[in-house]
Amino acid sequence: MTPVLEVKNLKASVEGLPILKGVDLTVYAGELHAIMGPNGSGKSTLASVLAGREEYEVNGGTVLYQGEDLLEMEVDERAREGLFMAFQYPVELPGVSMMNFLKQAVNSVREHRGQKPLGAAALLRMAKEKAALINLDSRLKKRSVNEGFSGGEKKRNEIFQLAMLDPRLAILDETDSGLDIDALRSVADGVNVLRTDDRAFVVITHYQRLLNHIVPDYVHVMYDGRIVLSGNKELALQLEARGYDWVSQEAVPA
Amino acid sequence: MNTDTQYLHEVAASDYEHGWVTEVVSDTIPKGLSEDIIRLIASKKQDPDWMLENRLRAFRYWQKLEAADQRPNWAHLSIPAIDFQNISYYSAPGSKPKYESLEEVDPEILRTFERLGIPLQEQKLLAGVAVDAVIDSVSVATSFKEELSQLGIIFCSFTEAIEKHPELVQKYMGSVVPYTDNFYAALNAAVFSDGSFCYIPPGVRCPMELSTYFRINEAGTGQFERTLIVADKGSYVSYLEGCTAPRRDDNQLHAAVVEIIAHEDAEVKYSTIQNWYPGDSGGTGGVFNFVTKRGICLEDRAKISWTQLETGSSITWKYPSVILKGDNTKGEFYSVAFTKGRQQADTGTKMLHLGRNTSSTIISKGISAGRSSNSYRGLVRINRKADNARNFSQCDSMLLGDRCGAHTFPYLETSNPTAQVEHEATTSKVGEDQIFYCKQRGISEQDAIKLIVSGFCQEILAKLPMEFAVEARKLLAIELEGSVG
Ligand SMILES: Nc1ncnc2c1ncn2[C@@H]1O[C@H](COP(=O)(O)OP(=O)(O)OP(=O)(O)O)[C@@H](O)[C@H]1O
Ligand SMILES: [Mg+2]
Repeated sequence: MTPVLEVKNLKASVEGLPILKGVDLTVYAGELHAIMGPNGSGKSTLASVLAGREEYEVNGGTVLYQGEDLLEMEVDERAREGLFMAFQYPVELPGVSMMNFLKQAVNSVREHRGQKPLGAAALLRMAKEKAALINLDSRLKKRSVNEGFSGGEKKRNEIFQLAMLDPRLAILDETDSGLDIDALRSVADGVNVLRTDDRAFVVITHYQRLLNHIVPDYVHVMYDGRIVLSGNKELALQLEARGYDWVSQEAVPA
Repeated sequence: MNTDTQYLHEVAASDYEHGWVTEVVSDTIPKGLSEDIIRLIASKKQDPDWMLENRLRAFRYWQKLEAADQRPNWAHLSIPAIDFQNISYYSAPGSKPKYESLEEVDPEILRTFERLGIPLQEQKLLAGVAVDAVIDSVSVATSFKEELSQLGIIFCSFTEAIEKHPELVQKYMGSVVPYTDNFYAALNAAVFSDGSFCYIPPGVRCPMELSTYFRINEAGTGQFERTLIVADKGSYVSYLEGCTAPRRDDNQLHAAVVEIIAHEDAEVKYSTIQNWYPGDSGGTGGVFNFVTKRGICLEDRAKISWTQLETGSSITWKYPSVILKGDNTKGEFYSVAFTKGRQQADTGTKMLHLGRNTSSTIISKGISAGRSSNSYRGLVRINRKADNARNFSQCDSMLLGDRCGAHTFPYLETSNPTAQVEHEATTSKVGEDQIFYCKQRGISEQDAIKLIVSGFCQEILAKLPMEFAVEARKLLAIELEGSVG
């Protein structure tokens, strides 16, 4: 079976400064991988490089997405091919209505998949259904994209968009941070509902508590631009108890 | 390299949709400006003597200004020297100065307006919109006149108003924008050839949108029209104005005057979509749009509101203003100005508070692309007797690319300590982050920029009457389209 994502020895830098120093990661459909690691270790950078942010320069390695060279694709093409990123800091789009935004996003993905575009009514129906699925306050749909949303609302709006866009690979960058306990629960419930056999998740988090709700198949530790340790959900518990210091000792570069 | 750079270059170079020319025989008078020319225009228009006298007075005043080199030069614009002797001041398509009915109108001219989306034949008229269509110096048709006249509403060409309602024209023309107001207002008062006139009687709510569509067609001509709107006590009217011109290598001068008078409790809403030919991407050709628009809330509780979408013209110089004379009167100015290529716009408003408890709102959105320059200039003046005056101003600029300029020149003059004035200004670039966010959702770069820009203007576009708002959104989308042929 072809993995959804196959990252090999990926190196990337920003403004000449090396950040990713050889990342390896393989993700199959149906799996959920958690990536943990200290601040500044390169987790968001990895997500950004996968999504195609231009300020990050790839200096080496390969990334295959469903068997294709991901790094060759444009940002919007990656998205239409089913790669979704839930942003650590979602951007506000003043005056752009949620429904108008979703209409363009959903229909560009549908068009790419050879499906008919959804009309306003069908889209509204779908939005209602998905909002209910992840417990999103339906009034948010009536506002401008993320404008004036609270931190937690922005994060939930990311999951809502995930549900709307039906991706093959979803990368969640600290979607749990800044959420209160109830919101964390409903985001986790949302993710669980959206876990299917044909979809993979990469979940970046600092907190083991999220992983109580979303049970990962694998846990990886990123340290200084590399994945230095991988394991199952037990690893997250160890990290919680012991911190990252011992990881740095184990992770002496070969 | 910026992700949006390439697309923004395309935006900056995008094409003008209404640039074609109507082939029609015109009666165009020789170029030049003199008393003889003024008399010639007056005779073409069959002006009564008082009108000719008005013209000559204005012309002599204008000559003084011209001799003293008093062309306005304070705006943030670089205006090439205009040779006023090299313009023809009157051109009538189909060589008729006046039309009694549509049958008299050259079919080419009807087709022109049809192609512009303004069908003039009654059976094709847009429901709920009465149109006065002005091409070059002549009004060719005014629709729904009969229906409106049953309510006592007068809606006709300026020429017809001079002939049939001279007392109203004499009473109000020049009462808000006198010929001494400025250089171009003086020029207009001397040579103006047509335009629209509208009178709403006391207590009448005009049941449809009234609109004027201006088209410049002939080469080497200028267009100098006047619009005069009088809303009597307790009346209401919503007025729309649209404009286009063919693509030409020479600059064409458009110097219009719009005057609005709102009596006690009257309300006038004036909306403009200005889409004159902007010149090519290198800055050749285009319309010089030097316009004086002003309304007066003459008596208590009157309200005047200006909403404009400015996308055209190579140079725009216009400041739709409100004189808040009565007590408890309101003035509003909502504007979106989009410039690209080498376009220059210096636009804004003046809110002059004279009465008590007067309030004004200014919301201006400037979007600049290419190598264009886009300035907001606004004056809020609160006179000594204007107790409890309030103003809120918000000026937002958005830059598309890094070779364009946005400037804000707010002026505030308060002579009354009870005034409450608030001013906010922002300048933003279409954020890389915003574009990336949209693209990450599968939206193309071009659609992302359209989405972000129309979001930026949303607040203003929402103020336009519905049909106009649809047109405005389409126009903005076309303006932003890289590949319109
Ligand atoms: N655009 C940028 N310009 C300069 N430095 C950057 C940029 N993006 C990331 N970096 C640097 O790269 C390093 C890795 O950052 P990254 O955001 O990937 O860390 P992270 O693992 O996501 O951290 P956190 O847990 O705090 O979110 C940091 O030192 C950061 O300052
Ligand atoms: Mg991060």
